[in-house]
Amino acid sequence: MKSGARILVESLHRQGVSTIFGYPGAAVLPIYDELYSSPVRHILVRHEQAAAHAADGYARASGQTGVCLATSGPGACNLVTGIATAYMDSSPVIAITGQVATHLIGNDAFQEADITGITMPVTKHSYLVKRTEDLGGVIMEAFHIAGSGRKGPVLVDIPKDVSMNRISHDPSGDAIHPRGYSPTVNANRRQITRAVDMIANAERPLIYAGGGVIASGASGELLQLAELMMIPVTSTLMGLGCIPGDHPLNLGMLGMHGTAQANYAVTGCDLLIAIGARFDDRVTGKIEAFAPRAQVIHVDIDPAEIGKNREAHLPVVGDCRDVLLHLCSHLQKGKTGDSWQQTIAGWKQQYRPVYGGDGFLHPQDIIRAISDMLGGNSVIVTEVGQHQMWTAQHYCFRSPRQLITSGGLGTMGFGLPAAMGAHYARPEVPVIDISGDGSLQMNIQEFGTIAQYNIPVKIMVMNNMFLGMVRQWQELFHDRRYSFTELPPVDFVRIAEAYGIGGMKVESCDEVVPAVETALSTDGPFLIDFRIEREENVFPMVPAGAAVNEMMGVRRQ
Amino acid sequence: MTLHTLSILVEDHPGALSRISGLFSRRGYNIGSLAVGPCESAGLSRITITVTGDDAQVEQVRKQASKLIDVIRVSDMTGTPRVERELALIRVTAGPGAPQAEIMQIAQTFQAAVVDIGSASVLLEVTGDTGKIDATERLLRRYGVRECTRTGKIAARREEKDT
Repeated sequence: MKSGARILVESLHRQGVSTIFGYPGAAVLPIYDELYSSPVRHILVRHEQAAAHAADGYARASGQTGVCLATSGPGACNLVTGIATAYMDSSPVIAITGQVATHLIGNDAFQEADITGITMPVTKHSYLVKRTEDLGGVIMEAFHIAGSGRKGPVLVDIPKDVSMNRISHDPSGDAIHPRGYSPTVNANRRQITRAVDMIANAERPLIYAGGGVIASGASGELLQLAELMMIPVTSTLMGLGCIPGDHPLNLGMLGMHGTAQANYAVTGCDLLIAIGARFDDRVTGKIEAFAPRAQVIHVDIDPAEIGKNREAHLPVVGDCRDVLLHLCSHLQKGKTGDSWQQTIAGWKQQYRPVYGGDGFLHPQDIIRAISDMLGGNSVIVTEVGQHQMWTAQHYCFRSPRQLITSGGLGTMGFGLPAAMGAHYARPEVPVIDISGDGSLQMNIQEFGTIAQYNIPVKIMVMNNMFLGMVRQWQELFHDRRYSFTELPPVDFVRIAEAYGIGGMKVESCDEVVPAVETALSTDGPFLIDFRIEREENVFPMVPAGAAVNEMMGVRRQ
Repeated sequence: MTLHTLSILVEDHPGALSRISGLFSRRGYNIGSLAVGPCESAGLSRITITVTGDDAQVEQVRKQASKLIDVIRVSDMTGTPRVERELALIRVTAGPGAPQAEIMQIAQTFQAAVVDIGSASVLLEVTGDTGKIDATERLLRRYGVRECTRTGKIAARREEKDT
């Protein structure tokens, strides 16, 4: 006889889940009783939102599905932001929630919330398991759905009696894959042939790579295509790392805070090869003026993304890796027009990023110093705001999954818990959380978790005592009326110390490198509170509603 | 902007309907009418939804709906030869002194069946496409429509004709 809880925990183990993140409560007591003696490691967070972000960070760092666990009602509701974050960035997460016993559902019972209803718009799929017999099959199906096609979060809601009941036969092996689910992995061969023709005949081609390239493990193939045809590559925030940051064909990020060369290239190209990217408004700016002279090839595993924001001349539905492999095997080595290469090289020369150089403590210099010290041997996690954009612009990402950041939803408070998850996915690599003073305070209670488990996350706070990105918009578009964006000073080092975490404050340029060295050489977590220039801005910047080539803060040199 | 008729084959799971209707509303599409019922395959239901939008918008919502795990298939029936039907139950004031003969004549013209007769009203059942139901209701209104209940539209493809 096996309880539902045992079936659940055994299923997780069978799926290869090493670590889950959760918070106990009444409705999940039977599950916690099983976890007590299970080989699946459980990390106790301090707030359920952190459990969801940690599972997401684990998924993004490893490529494997992450798992979080919360009790019914408030516990489940606290997961919602984390689930929505995973959904917007197509990250495979299984959220397991306790639910009140089946006979109480719909009764407004204690700690009851309709979590399948609440999360319907932000999950790929969800289940309310009504019978213990169904549980094993549902877990298998949930993993299958979360981790295939366009990946995403799946919620499994388990009433307390379903996890308590014992059954003699666990029919998990009988699970059938849902009839309505069969993602198109292999692209249509005719579309590939057409794409080959378009690429071979383009004079000014540009690859626009998104998070789908990383999700499908296609970075190597992307690089192969770019080098084969000498096509420059720009990537979205989610795509950073798909081509090494210092590669000659790399133009960096495009869009609102993209590089000048990337935004000029997208405006000037005659063929835009969008791969696993979705023409998000932060990328395109004014959509009518985005790649206005280009034919568009749009490769995506999700057919609903093709034609959603920008008409594609050639839609290619399929897994990015599969498509890129076929493109490479059909294309003859070629070279795009010399004049296009020269134009781009000229932009790269003329429009170097503008910042600092005045002896004050600038965040761009700090991030470049961290990048120089760690290089490719790191996982960089960020929160959301100015520090996130500075990281995207100034850290030289060398490999896929090196940057973990909340792109679509833009969730402040994501970074610290996601960094915890990333550590359990890749314990051998230093994990850095680049943070702002606003974001850090959104999930600062997780100092408790990293201290308890001695999780060696290095927290680098770009502290400007402002909600910096909002302040920047207020400065530029609201006459410097800093409405509710100034934060009083916080002594983060002392907060860290209270939790038993080491830390130091940095106020001048010459302290940066020694401080980072100290952080990296310290076993366990460490915090550096960088007191940066308070009114530093993120440039270049495309104002809302402008075309991407209409950037503020670019200077020709 | 045209009226599209989408036929959606779904798993007969709890919540499937709410997943679909939720998707329409959160992506900004108004459902004109909706009909749900069992279909030829056990365990599946067919949902017929009408929605107004231009072709690109409706294609987008069709693709989004197709992604739902419980959805087996979504077909946009707009532009394909098809039969469309709605059913309405219309209760018309028809007490003593009412022009019953005129009401019956309208009923006969639209092949509406009298399904209930009371002391003060008659209940008519009429089936047909949207235009016919609209016309029936409009004509009956002058006699006093006390209640009108309409189903959503259902639709079926016509078989291809051999030529």
